[in-house]
Amino acid sequence: MGAQNTVYMDNNATTRVAPEVLEAMLPFFSERYGNPSSMHTFGGAVGREMREARESLAELLGCGTDEIIFTSCGTESDNTAIRSALTAQPEKRHIVTTRVEHPAVLSLCKFLERSQGYRVTYLGVDAEGLLDMQELTDSLTDDTAVISVMWANNETGVLFPVPQIATLAKSRGIMLHTDAVQAVGKVAINLGELDVDMLSLSGHKLHAPKGVGALFVRRKLPYRPYLIGGHQEHGKRAGTENTTGIIALGAAARAAKAHLPSENTVVRGLRDRLENALLAAVPDSRLNGHRHERLPNTSNISFKYVEGEAILLLLDQLGIAASSGSACTSGSLEPSHVLRAMGVPFTFAHGSIRFSLSRYTTDADVDYVIKHVPGIIENLRKISPYKQGAAEPLSPLDSKPPCGC
Amino acid sequence: MWEYTDIVKEHFLNPKNVGEMKDASCVGEVGSIACGDALKLFLKIEDGIIKDASFQTFGCASAIASSSALTELVKGMTVDEAMKVTNKDIASALGGLPKEKMHCSVMGEEALEAAIKSWRGEDVGSHEHSEGEIVCECFGVTDEQILHAVRENDLKTIEDVTYYTKAGGGCAKCHEKIEALIARARGEAEPAPAPKTAKKLTNIQRMRLIEEVLEKEIRPRLQADGGDIELSDIEGLVVTVSLRGRCTGCPASQATVQGTVQAILREKVDPEIQVREA
Repeated sequence: MGAQNTVYMDNNATTRVAPEVLEAMLPFFSERYGNPSSMHTFGGAVGREMREARESLAELLGCGTDEIIFTSCGTESDNTAIRSALTAQPEKRHIVTTRVEHPAVLSLCKFLERSQGYRVTYLGVDAEGLLDMQELTDSLTDDTAVISVMWANNETGVLFPVPQIATLAKSRGIMLHTDAVQAVGKVAINLGELDVDMLSLSGHKLHAPKGVGALFVRRKLPYRPYLIGGHQEHGKRAGTENTTGIIALGAAARAAKAHLPSENTVVRGLRDRLENALLAAVPDSRLNGHRHERLPNTSNISFKYVEGEAILLLLDQLGIAASSGSACTSGSLEPSHVLRAMGVPFTFAHGSIRFSLSRYTTDADVDYVIKHVPGIIENLRKISPYKQGAAEPLSPLDSKPPCGC
Repeated sequence: MWEYTDIVKEHFLNPKNVGEMKDASCVGEVGSIACGDALKLFLKIEDGIIKDASFQTFGCASAIASSSALTELVKGMTVDEAMKVTNKDIASALGGLPKEKMHCSVMGEEALEAAIKSWRGEDVGSHEHSEGEIVCECFGVTDEQILHAVRENDLKTIEDVTYYTKAGGGCAKCHEKIEALIARARGEAEPAPAPKTAKKLTNIQRMRLIEEVLEKEIRPRLQADGGDIELSDIEGLVVTVSLRGRCTGCPASQATVQGTVQAILREKVDPEIQVREA
């Protein structure tokens, strides 16, 4: 699939552009380059195509076309939503979010806390990555402007109970934003039946190209634009539209709707087969995240005594693309904040590998990974000074957590 | 993705001298599973010459490659020659490492040093970080390790130090200390601790400082003479105190208030402080 000889198991990082999506968008790079705001037919015709794209996305989400704002990416959608909630309610100074959010939310909240004096509650998760609804309920105050929780976690695939949280938020009169970048196209979402106020999504996670995203903002919700300028997107997001990206996102939304049932049957089946085989074949391995409350395409497995980057590079040698939450791959020196929030022991956290599948993953891909991973782990364990079954730490440093913060 | 040289890749994919050595003369251990990398180095030394070397490593590709290159490098060296091997030698044997990964070569140097010290019967402590004081608590890095890395590799910034030793890569609480160590190792004057009275104090800071000086410096002196003092009020620069014990009614009390209490507070807190008796 995809590039020659690549078994691509990193779809939570990005997805291939679907062939039908590419076909739909290409003319807008070449002969159909008009500006949809123009008064001439040449531009206006592009505007009509954009309207269709908006309708397709609205249909996937179960919302109105006037509730969709096209953006440049998931991060822009997240930033716009949270900042809008705060600007629209200047008297409220409290934000509730979780410790396992994507940096698009987490770093923004830390910034708002540090430099603008907002109070932020970061809710923890349990060992399986689930939220405590009571803790969430208790964290809400009259000062709370917005709750921002992700629908599905990018690293573990764990799902938060957004419908339940939405009911709670509505009963308390608090705005709810959800980062659904990983969820859209993988789980059924019907905003017509949910009290979610704002929802972020990203094109390149559902087989559209990079550089396009969208933000759902419920009708009549107080909203303050982030980009100010022209009248595009009804004045809600200024800037000449990324027509090719938007048209691609529309095509991707149509494809996602068509493939949604198979995500939960075919893709889930492949993922479960991969996961069960690896957990059975490799001793001292464990699943990270709740087994059931989870995206159908994601499997995050930790292999004890070995380090993630080394595993990834050996997988890469075999043409297998995956991700890791290990320190060496995260760019920092500490393992993934998601795994740490779940309390995954360090002996496991450094050796975590995320396999994320898509509708383009084949049986042969899964067979290939199942065939090679156990040998890779075994070889790395031969090099490792830590031995299977030996619980004794190598040095006194092992007995204490590396960081108290 | 990291840009590794072909030599790094070769040592990672086909590491040399892997495994435990049953008849090793000495062993050097550094790192921990919590920190994300660890190296156990085995040396066989005969007549002062390293006849054989092997390793076990938990860590990323560059940690495994550094360990493999190190064993190749030291085989055949005299112990004295091996003691001179630095992390730079290991990195250059690999054709270079990404700067974020230099700590892998430092780990090699430390393991080699620990192994040789143990062979010589020198105290290596319970683990490699026995020398100096821990500066970075997240990764257990000492001041000696940081000073050594700065001198050896001409490091200039905190980021450099993190790349080479991991120190400062966690909670960032030790960044000031690392900065001072960089300055010391580079022979620059350490940033002098700001004199207590040099900067303008806020009201709260001044009140706290007055209380502290009264409690720690003035009271003990008066108590030594059988007297005592109590703080009644602080209003701006005017401090009102009550004298107790033998100071009460002492004809010298005025002199005590003006001479001792006011003088000390003027010196330690603010030269314009006035002290009055309640």
